[in-house]
Amino acid sequence: MIAVALWSVAVLLALAPAGIVLSRHPRGSIILYGGCLIATSALCITALSDLFDVPHLTQSATLPVGLPWLGAHFRLDALSAFFLVVVNLGGVAASLFALGYSRHEDSPGRVLPFYPAYLAAMNVVVLANDAFSFLVAWEFMSLTSWAMVVSHHREAENVRAGYVYLLMASFGTLTLLLAFGLLASGAGYDFDAIRASHPSAALTGMVVILVLLGAGSKAGLVPLHAWLPLAHPAAPSHVSGLMSGVMTKVAVYGFVRIVFDLLPEPVWWWSMVVLLVGGPTATLGVLYALMQRDIKRVLAYSTIENIGIIFTGLGLALAFKAEGLDWVAALAFTAAMLHVFNHALFKSLLFFGAGAVLGATGERDMEKLGGLIHRMPTTAVAVLVGCIAISALPPFNGFVSEWLTFQAILLSPQLSSWGLKLIIPAVGGLLALAAAFAAACFVKLYGISFLGRPRSDVAASAHETDRFSLTAMLMLAALCLLAGILPGLFIDALAPVSKNMVGNVMPHQVGLQWLTIVPIAESRSSYNGLLVFLFVALCGTAAASAIHRFASDRLRRTAAWDCGYPDPNPTIQYSASSFSQPIRRVFGSVVFAAREIGEMPPPSSPLPARFQVELRDLIWDGLYAPIAIVIGFATDRINILQFLSIRRYLTLVFVALIVLLLVVAV
Amino acid sequence: MSSLQFDIAHLLAGSLVLASFMMLYQDRLYALLNVYALHAGVLALSVAWQAYVQQAPHLYVTALIALVFKAIIIPVALHRIIRRLGIHREIENVIGVGLTMMAGIGLVALSMVVMLRVTPDADALAREDLAFALSVVLLGLLIMVTRRNAVSQVVGFMSLENGLVLAATGAKGMPLVVEISVAFSVLIAFIVIGIFLFRIRERFDSVDVQALDRFRGERR
Amino acid sequence: MSALRDILSQGAQMSLVLGLAPLLTGFVRKVKARLLRRRGPPLLQPYRDLIRLMRKDVVLADNASWLFRVIPYLMFAGTWVAVSLVPTFGNGLLFSWTADLIAIIALLGSARFFQALAGMDVGTAFGGIGSSREVMIASLAEPAMLITVFSVAMIAGSTQLSYVAEFMGSDAVGLRVSLGMAFVALTIVALAENARIPVDNPATHLELTMVHEAMVLEYSGRHLALIDLSSQLKLLLYVSLIACVFLPWGTATADASVARLVSGALLYFGKLTVLGFLLAVFETSIAKMRVFRIPEFLGAALMLALLATLLRFVSGSL
Repeated sequence: MIAVALWSVAVLLALAPAGIVLSRHPRGSIILYGGCLIATSALCITALSDLFDVPHLTQSATLPVGLPWLGAHFRLDALSAFFLVVVNLGGVAASLFALGYSRHEDSPGRVLPFYPAYLAAMNVVVLANDAFSFLVAWEFMSLTSWAMVVSHHREAENVRAGYVYLLMASFGTLTLLLAFGLLASGAGYDFDAIRASHPSAALTGMVVILVLLGAGSKAGLVPLHAWLPLAHPAAPSHVSGLMSGVMTKVAVYGFVRIVFDLLPEPVWWWSMVVLLVGGPTATLGVLYALMQRDIKRVLAYSTIENIGIIFTGLGLALAFKAEGLDWVAALAFTAAMLHVFNHALFKSLLFFGAGAVLGATGERDMEKLGGLIHRMPTTAVAVLVGCIAISALPPFNGFVSEWLTFQAILLSPQLSSWGLKLIIPAVGGLLALAAAFAAACFVKLYGISFLGRPRSDVAASAHETDRFSLTAMLMLAALCLLAGILPGLFIDALAPVSKNMVGNVMPHQVGLQWLTIVPIAESRSSYNGLLVFLFVALCGTAAASAIHRFASDRLRRTAAWDCGYPDPNPTIQYSASSFSQPIRRVFGSVVFAAREIGEMPPPSSPLPARFQVELRDLIWDGLYAPIAIVIGFATDRINILQFLSIRRYLTLVFVALIVLLLVVAV
Repeated sequence: MSSLQFDIAHLLAGSLVLASFMMLYQDRLYALLNVYALHAGVLALSVAWQAYVQQAPHLYVTALIALVFKAIIIPVALHRIIRRLGIHREIENVIGVGLTMMAGIGLVALSMVVMLRVTPDADALAREDLAFALSVVLLGLLIMVTRRNAVSQVVGFMSLENGLVLAATGAKGMPLVVEISVAFSVLIAFIVIGIFLFRIRERFDSVDVQALDRFRGERR
Repeated sequence: MSALRDILSQGAQMSLVLGLAPLLTGFVRKVKARLLRRRGPPLLQPYRDLIRLMRKDVVLADNASWLFRVIPYLMFAGTWVAVSLVPTFGNGLLFSWTADLIAIIALLGSARFFQALAGMDVGTAFGGIGSSREVMIASLAEPAMLITVFSVAMIAGSTQLSYVAEFMGSDAVGLRVSLGMAFVALTIVALAENARIPVDNPATHLELTMVHEAMVLEYSGRHLALIDLSSQLKLLLYVSLIACVFLPWGTATADASVARLVSGALLYFGKLTVLGFLLAVFETSIAKMRVFRIPEFLGAALMLALLATLLRFVSGSL
């Protein structure tokens, strides 16, 4: 089936130049997004059917493009198939959403050609089977997404976001290039050859660190996350959804492919590094998210949190695999992969919701929204589902993957390394904190923007979004529920992936009574989303009907009570910043060096009182700013080279040539 | 040793660590002193239990000393000092409670790892006792480091000493002479510090030890 | 026959907790009042309150959304399901494997998520205060609870409550420091989660000090009744949880004889009485904290739980 996949990618690539022409056509965007929808659906179905057809799964193909002596190798195995499903499911939803959403786009020519190319690039990364095609596709993915980040280039903020993004993307590619260089030194660029080689321990250690930097910077691991909350919100919303929901997953794919597949058996300290990065990423990401008031930025920071959860799962898998506990490694790995899938679903959904709100009101700032549940009822339902799912609450899907991760953590006393024994409970604590913060964060997002009273005229006159967008959101919401109440199906589908990567699988789930999931043994833990859902639904309905029948079903509408002081002014409501004030006060002074400055003029003065909050990104101040200063200093010194005479330039070239010859001679 | 004996020894030693944490959490002087009395009481119980388990009667004396001196006399004396100094207000911590507690957790983890690593051959009870004792010592130091008030530094010092006693009794007892001399040296240290407290107070009108820094010209 | 029995015992559990929850609240109120030398409301007063509220009209704010009206039912159903999964008089009931302890906590988390949303729906200042403080408290209480669960689960080798309770009742457990710490942590969390003194005052109507009451300020009639009932259920849940993990004696298994089940139930009443009494004594002997003292209080629980887990890791490997 790899042929079908490659042809679909070719279609996407062909749509890219067509986009230039179509962008002038009045119905051009519909044709283009329709084409993308068909191509990604084909890819998604192909990958799904492959994932369930295990015996004939692994297929390869070689195309005569790329490096002359190498060609371009492609391979479809369980891992690629799974990530193809994730990428293209996101692609299908985004294209469907864009069919309606793109009507708001004022300059479609800046997005249309890049969108299919971007989708194609992500697919090629997942399919590539040699370092060259992998890196080319990776860079192509970065560049096309960059082009869409700066599509609204008249806003100064977006230009800065694009600049930071480009820098970080180059940095990521550089580290990956070095990693592949090290790996290829003994084997060549073909992944099959790398798999067969036996690199030394020191070399593999360096490769792991480099890949963690490269893939981590694309995925948004702290402290390499600085670009993500700038760039993801700047793009048009369907692209934001793809970047946050899907592209970060492609980065996870890169990490898994290299560390779990290409490298030999892991060593225990790899997992230590990954866990020490993953746990804090989860907590810090969501803590940052809580402090924001821009909807899309909240979502971007929450992506960082979820990436942290995924990497924690991967770190656990590495730890257990290094100690030979394959069956627990399979549990941790499956949890991570399930979270990859789940996050792709609900993060795309939430970004689409933010897009719908943006389209309806023109506002991303929560302080200007409010009461949208009355004006946009269907969007409100879909976003509510997304919020519950991302807060890891049952019976939706986010809970299942976090629950599995916790189950893996609970097995960590079986490890023998002391360092890991002490770190893993601490990481468990960080994950628990992150989960609780996430709930707080999404109560805030939903409560401020969808509930309450409208805080501005645009919010008061908002209108429901179009049918395509709604279909895309409702589809994702339904999938969130499905993956939450029937997780066994999804866990079983991941079995071949975990078999390939960690050499073992979780126990078979489908067929257990009432579709319960039992990760290890029934005496240890079990969870049944379906029954929880049914019970809650039944009890709720029973209570409602009993009360309405036997007690009272009368209802009167009147002004709000508010302890007797209702105020019609909507500014009396809690705002986004005031909602997070308690948490800011508890954690902010340490994490953000938060300062609250209040100015109260004397009673006779007509001046207004002012209250100001200062938050600082300590990572930016402590890491990025010094590096920028050093680079600025160095470039100032080198700058003299720009003003030399012709003769001196020639001297430089000449000296360089001589030095090179000397190196070769010696 | 039967498992019940082991469990009770484990429980008492663990409670000592817990009491140290309670001291870290307190930010009022009186409450701190009460918890210190509890700390010493738990120590006395723990030592007495060791005396019973190891059938070493001289440890009963140690337990008695702990009970009388540390759980009763010293707290009462400190209560009086505080009243006479008139400083029954909140302790100023150098860093917040949350961070201190986290540092404490880290210290406990550290002492566990160190002790369990270096004593693989000792029997389980001694290993665990030593690990707990080291945690108590480190937590005592942490209290001394994070508090500015001289009285709470004294309390931190005393709790540190409790940790030493726990370590000594856990490792199959120490000679009674040593124990008595340690107790007396602590008592003398206590008296000296007590006198100093009053001297500091007379001179600087405060028992905040930062006043001393200023006097030495280390800080502005 | 045995299937019928299983369904009956599960049904008995569900109706038992529903029936007992208001009584427990009434009992705690009564004891508190007696300790303060007041006569206090009769034991059955919570039932009367609930019935009276159910019969009244709902007075709804003009701009309340459909979500506001659905939330009481969701909260009630979620809490009821959660409490039915905690062993009370018997272990291993028919559906006990539906959700383990982590899932039960998460289910309560869902209920709280909705409650905090309800506080913000009408768009009043007090609702916002309540929701905002509630999520602050939850952001510390929930991790503390989860880590406590970790340490208990590591001792018992399971997160499944029936198995935990069975293990705790057996001789294998012994005296464990980690268990003691977990107990203290769980108690602190239970106080916070149930809006008891010193974290919140269940009897307050002083606007600026309330958290839970502020969130539900706009509710009335049957909606308020359901919310009151679900907080009573939640109190019962935490008390039963403490009872089944730390006082596991005498709990029957599902296939035991009827006599055993009845004796299990009687013992369960006894445990509830003791714990309820202790709660009342504790509440009367302590003052309510300032809002920004709560994080330290809950932080202590978090640290204790972490310490317990750490100790467990260490002594587990001796």
